[in-house]
Amino acid sequence: MRKTVNQKAWFLVLPVFLLVAFNALIPLMTVVNYSVQETFGDNVFTWAGVRWFEEVLRSDNFWNALQRQLLFTGLVLAIEIPLGLAIALTMPKKGFWVSVCLVLMSLPLLIPWNVVGAMWNIMALPEIGLLGKAINSLGINYNYTRQPVSAWFTLVLMDVWHWTSLVALLCYAGLVSIPDAYYQAAKVDGARRWAVFRYIQLPKLRHVLTIAVLLRFMDSFMIYTEPQVMTGGGPGSATTFLSIDLVKKGIGQFDLGPAAAMSIIYFLIILALSWLFYTLMMRNQEN
Amino acid sequence: MRLSRFVPLIYIILLLLPIYWLLNMSFKTTNEILGGFSLYPHSFTLDNYRKIFTDPTWYMGYVNSLYYVAANTLLSLVVALPAAYAFSRYRFLGDKHLFFWLLSNRMAPPAVFVLPFFQLYSAVGLFDTPWAVALAHTLFNIPLAVWILEGFMSGVPRELDETAYVDGYSFPGFFVKIFIPTIAAGIGVAAFFCFMFSWVELLLAKNLTSVAAKPIAAVMTKTASTSGYELGLLAAAGSLTLIPGAIVIYFVRNYIAKGFALGRV
Repeated sequence: MRKTVNQKAWFLVLPVFLLVAFNALIPLMTVVNYSVQETFGDNVFTWAGVRWFEEVLRSDNFWNALQRQLLFTGLVLAIEIPLGLAIALTMPKKGFWVSVCLVLMSLPLLIPWNVVGAMWNIMALPEIGLLGKAINSLGINYNYTRQPVSAWFTLVLMDVWHWTSLVALLCYAGLVSIPDAYYQAAKVDGARRWAVFRYIQLPKLRHVLTIAVLLRFMDSFMIYTEPQVMTGGGPGSATTFLSIDLVKKGIGQFDLGPAAAMSIIYFLIILALSWLFYTLMMRNQEN
Repeated sequence: MRLSRFVPLIYIILLLLPIYWLLNMSFKTTNEILGGFSLYPHSFTLDNYRKIFTDPTWYMGYVNSLYYVAANTLLSLVVALPAAYAFSRYRFLGDKHLFFWLLSNRMAPPAVFVLPFFQLYSAVGLFDTPWAVALAHTLFNIPLAVWILEGFMSGVPRELDETAYVDGYSFPGFFVKIFIPTIAAGIGVAAFFCFMFSWVELLLAKNLTSVAAKPIAAVMTKTASTSGYELGLLAAAGSLTLIPGAIVIYFVRNYIAKGFALGRV
């Protein structure tokens, strides 16, 4: 759409600007402030330079949490994106069942995250949970509070349950926006199902898939509540992801300096990876 | 090809299983839950729900949560509407930078902001009020609302604006009387998303409140950690949190697919 140059438009943006400046800039400045200073309480601060950053980057804790985080995000992206796409492709396109599908599939997205954790807690209890009982009766020893493998399996399954619908809904929205003429042309040419998918549907879905990958990347990278409620980061520290580690540092132990330094590194990683995903997926579009 | 019809069906059944299990637990007595595995409640009881509706610490949790969710949705929409209009219609100094800066806030982990928010809102006397949570949630809801609304507004042809101005409408008159009704669907979708992300968030909501404005999620996590095995009660509280979401989905059911693509398909 053509846009006209109008500097008065700033007045329309001003409320948002002021609110976000108050809400995002001041806290961010606080974090930066803490990250370069040392305090022994009583509001006395001394300059610490980059010491906290060095401490964080040298600690095994941080690198282990980052590795777990990358593994978790990688796993859920690798499962949810193809699965969501497959569901969108097989969903009915017209009629009463579409609404039923859409409404039922959106349900998990509107459940408070701690309830999602509590729900899967109840579901996975080895003795009285549906999932736990089912797995144990197959003869597999499953206990998500004791074994790291069980804990990981449960968390990934929970995330897939929680968020695959988002990917499916996004892809579905992309699919229904493809004009019928495209499919008719493909039919005339005698194109196979795979060719229709590869050369008509997939290119048209690039935009929504980019949004899906970005949203799922960001949100799974920030995950806190669900694993905190389910496993509390355990057993041991097997499911201590970055946010859990950070909250433990900042609020639990009140280590302001290291927590602030870690916050900045954490935020920068998300920004950098989001930018990477975005440019990679958009560059392909141009080719 | 016939088999592929069953993929969504199987998926939806799997989606509903944990929800069924939660409802199942909420209608059981504590004795039955601890007694062993059962697929449906043998001694059906409503005691868990009765407790929630008679104990103020429980039902006030829902009231507090809905209060800040509503405040957040309203606040986000009121400031996002004019901004989205500006982004969709005009070029101005720093517009692109501003837009990306807004969006970058959607990438900020709440865990990073918990402590600074706590200090900031304590300093201005908002701590432990619903408005603290409502404000905190605008961090990710305003960028989202601006983005969604901008998408919907860009789909409205400029001729609408120009005709209205020719007809003698002032900008506020045009915006309220003509433009807002035109993009009502977009506003509904943006409201849905603000509601959704504010309703499901726990970390900020829990740490910016202590007693007076405690959200239901915090009441639940506290119960889970202090009273040991009141699974039935927790399940009932959890089941009740499904209701507002279900109601909101019902209202936007016709726009849901387009909405999830954020008005950009």
